Amino acid sequence: MLRLLGGLGVALRISLISVVISIFLGIILGSIMTLKNPFINAISRVYLEIVRIMPQMVLLFIVFFGATKVLGLNFSAELSSIIVFSFWGTAEMSDLVRGALSGIDTIQYESSYALGMNTTQTYIHVIIPQILRRLIPLSINLITRMIKTTSLVMMIGIVEVLKVGQQIIEANRKSSPNAAFGVFATIFLLYFLACYPISCLSKYLEKKWEN
Amino acid sequence: MNFEIIRSYLPLYIEAFMLTIKIGWIGITLSLAIGVVSAFILHFRIPFLSAIVKIYVELFRNTPLLVQLFFVYFGLPKIGISISAEACGALGLGLLGGSYMAESIRSGLGAVKVSQTEGALALGMKKGQLFTSVILPQAFTLSVPAIIANVIFLLKETSIFSAISLMDLMFTAKDLIGLYYNTTECLFMLVVFYVIMLLPVSILGSVIEKKTRYKMFGDK
Repeated sequence: MLRLLGGLGVALRISLISVVISIFLGIILGSIMTLKNPFINAISRVYLEIVRIMPQMVLLFIVFFGATKVLGLNFSAELSSIIVFSFWGTAEMSDLVRGALSGIDTIQYESSYALGMNTTQTYIHVIIPQILRRLIPLSINLITRMIKTTSLVMMIGIVEVLKVGQQIIEANRKSSPNAAFGVFATIFLLYFLACYPISCLSKYLEKKWEN
Repeated sequence: MNFEIIRSYLPLYIEAFMLTIKIGWIGITLSLAIGVVSAFILHFRIPFLSAIVKIYVELFRNTPLLVQLFFVYFGLPKIGISISAEACGALGLGLLGGSYMAESIRSGLGAVKVSQTEGALALGMKKGQLFTSVILPQAFTLSVPAIIANVIFLLKETSIFSAISLMDLMFTAKDLIGLYYNTTECLFMLVVFYVIMLLPVSILGSVIEKKTRYKMFGDK
């Protein structure tokens, strides 16, 4: 059980690092995307489309096996999973930021200018609070999806919770041959316990800030 | 990049592609069915059933597909329920997708304005008529973008089936890499096949989304 928790810790660590990176990069990219520069728009569309249609597993394989072969870069399994999840998360996050930014009416800018605020004041007091309210529930949702997707990293050899579970089953094959049911049920519940509070929080915030 | 290798691997990939599509669509159909039923149960607050559906939706939305598949494929046989890998994949996808579809369809049903119901009732429609000719079409229009996003998500998730030794695209690629070490070609073909499978759905999604936005009733 303790070993399972340790495995979950690895999964959570990878997802948290990637979440921080992707929120940071996503906000930058999302703001750039609202500038309406056709060149940037084209690039970001292609980027978003790639992320949208490529399974994360395929991306993991490309970075972990492909990059070594083609570019001679040898990433460790953990580093390549962080790269992939940040790559994916940045795309999702930037799309959310873009949506939130473009969802704000011009009237908000105009009326705050009319009240005599300068651009900085407008952003700090009017625009950013509104964006945050729209963005925070959605990005919390993204975090739970990240945590769930990290279960894939086992496929490139990181020892996280599922792998630990398999090891436990293998180790106790003789003494308790039916361990698989219990172990996988436990993992199932562990993931649920990790994600459910977060998704509740996101729902709660969404309701609270609806207007 | 060696195109001779690509040509020789092509049949294997096409076979895997077919399998992926087959299980993908079975799973998606299943998930739509589960989703519609659960959404109705949630929307009409049918007692007892709606509590079960709520637990189901939360449980499956908050756990990864890989864990669900492992549980069904390796865990359940230990207590006497044994399912083939293919059925297990389709079932897992259906259950996961069902929980997502339920949420999308339910929010579509909830988003139909009260004024629409009132208007229909004022026109003298019966409950059944109201539902089939006023609420359902609108709810469906409202939830189409979300449903298509779910379909793309589910098709992507099929890549996880390789973990329970289904011969899907991912498994084939991994297998060939392990056998012949032609990493570049194998990964390239893997990407190409996923693009072939998902790009049309993605484009269709944007087109439909634009269409339905104009078809909205009333304001907006």
